[in-house]
Amino acid sequence: MIADIADLLVSATFWAATLRIATPYILGTLGELVCERAGVLNLGIEGIMTLGAMAGWMAVHQGADLWTGVLIAALAGAVLGSLHAVLTVPLGLSQHVTGIGVTLLGTSLSYYVYRMVLPQVTTPPTIEPFQPFAIPVLSDIPVIGPALFSQTPLTYVALAAVAVVAWVLYRTPIGLAVRMVGENPAAAEAQGINVTAVRMGAVICGSALMAVGGAFLTLSAFNAFFFNMINGRGWICIALVVFASWRPGKALLGAVLFAAFDALQLRLQQIVGPALPYQVFLMLPYLLSILALVLMSRRAAYPRALMIPFRKGERH
Amino acid sequence: MWFEPRPLPSAALRVLAPIAAVIAALALCAALIAWTGTSVAQAYVLLFQGSLGSRFALAETLTRATPLMLTGLAAAVAFRAKLWNIGAEGQLYAGALIAVMLGGGMVDLPVWALLPAALIGGALAGSALLIGPTVLKTGFGVDEVVTTLLLNFVTLLFVSMMLEGALKDPMGMGWPQSAPVLPEAELPRLIERSRLHAGLIIALLAAVALWIMNTRTTWGYEIKAVGANQAAAAFAGIPVNWVMLKVAILSGGLAGLAGASEIAGTRGYLTLDLSPGFGYSGIVVAMLAQLHPLGVVVASIFVAAIFVGADAMSRTVAVPNYIAEVLVAVSLLCVLVSAFLVRFRVRRTAARTS
Repeated sequence: MIADIADLLVSATFWAATLRIATPYILGTLGELVCERAGVLNLGIEGIMTLGAMAGWMAVHQGADLWTGVLIAALAGAVLGSLHAVLTVPLGLSQHVTGIGVTLLGTSLSYYVYRMVLPQVTTPPTIEPFQPFAIPVLSDIPVIGPALFSQTPLTYVALAAVAVVAWVLYRTPIGLAVRMVGENPAAAEAQGINVTAVRMGAVICGSALMAVGGAFLTLSAFNAFFFNMINGRGWICIALVVFASWRPGKALLGAVLFAAFDALQLRLQQIVGPALPYQVFLMLPYLLSILALVLMSRRAAYPRALMIPFRKGERH
Repeated sequence: MWFEPRPLPSAALRVLAPIAAVIAALALCAALIAWTGTSVAQAYVLLFQGSLGSRFALAETLTRATPLMLTGLAAAVAFRAKLWNIGAEGQLYAGALIAVMLGGGMVDLPVWALLPAALIGGALAGSALLIGPTVLKTGFGVDEVVTTLLLNFVTLLFVSMMLEGALKDPMGMGWPQSAPVLPEAELPRLIERSRLHAGLIIALLAAVALWIMNTRTTWGYEIKAVGANQAAAAFAGIPVNWVMLKVAILSGGLAGLAGASEIAGTRGYLTLDLSPGFGYSGIVVAMLAQLHPLGVVVASIFVAAIFVGADAMSRTVAVPNYIAEVLVAVSLLCVLVSAFLVRFRVRRTAARTS
């Protein structure tokens, strides 16, 4: 069995699967990270990912092309994200409860719209999803080529998003503003930064990223929309943000590690067979996330103003 | 636009605000109903008739309200201490699992002890499931929102494993469901030919007990103090971690009791669709009630009426019954905004000095 696993870990198909599984986690974790860096916890992630998955798929099902579907998913995420932003930033409502509300709304609205457009379907209708796109030259490298460079386009988008978010956060004035309002909004305000605008912008952009993560599931990984499709992926992203210490590079690492574990768990199920109930394997990713949280929370460097609403002229 | 705190919101305002919020939610969802081409008035009339319009409908609504009342209280007591227990769904299933094991006679108990054992055992199972995240929060600073949420998935998978393994009913035709509890472990019916059971009485008593605890006891005061300002509470000599643990036992216990009472009251056996999200809806119930235990009673009946009424409505007109979930979610958001407007006045210009 050890030899089986060792073989698996050097096989290109395993890493290709890992990267595929990781894609929604990479996008979701990045989105949540952007929100939290600006000081806003976004528990709406689960609902925003569901809405992204539904909206993107529905657009394509109604005749739009795949990239338009991705754009519509991002827009839907941004709209739901702006609701979270308005309630938590200018109004300063509890970010926990608002986030739960946004998740409930995103999920139920997705199901409602899906059922309204497709009232009587027994088997979910399908679309033609994104096909793997082999990058010329690079995909010919042995092992690494098929694993890294023969993915579907949205996986490349996710990897590019890591670089873009990292660059914006650490190398641009906008990124500095985002980090400042998440650490010390009063100081940011004194510098002439519009705290409300920056925070809202971060939440809206982050939510759009999450929604694209959801859309990956319906437009790339599968070709249909199912109820309970997100299945806790959003919550795991929130754990991954803590694991990543709010850094984009580490978020990528965390998402890939998590996905590798998930892929391994799938193969282990096949190797071990019915000796252990399959639910044990399905539990492992959730338990692993909790364990990662416990290990990382001790030295977690939370953005200092996370979950603290900012009102102009009020002292903290 | 500026928000200026109201010095002392009037009692009328505080009672009227949630009602106004619910009306706003109904108005917002009217757009979704109109989109299907159905008459909004007809849809809402059907919803009302299907939930409160007849003796049968009312009994069904109260049956639905029973677990919501308990999970609503679970959220209300925890949120009051700012312990963000989002794991009521998992705690409910843990309670149901233990209840079905004890009520099914897995442990040799005298007949009279079966029902109390199932209910208390179920409550304790719920408590046990929340103690872990609470200790991780107070001891290690691990955010309880994520841990309780993730434990919901773990618990559901564990229940699924038990239903396909040790607890699988040999007479269940291969379905993943447990054997039913013994007749002595069932809660008595309150109304003949309806599903309404004595779990409602338990839930009502729990609400009154919590209200007395909140207003008349040291525990209630300590919980409020910890929720309002942890540092100040600690400075005043309140053992914050211990209070958190007590809250966790109470909150998890109430959610576990919801599961146990569903087993002993309605189904008798356990399946994976025992709860259509009672744990998550409990959060909405608690917020609609502004965390007030007696308000939870009213709010749970309201939420149950929407679910029962929407089911009835969707059988007549072409509105998917998911409208219930949308309505509940929109109500939650509207109530949050209305609570804000109770605390703050909206001003066009800044106040001169404050």
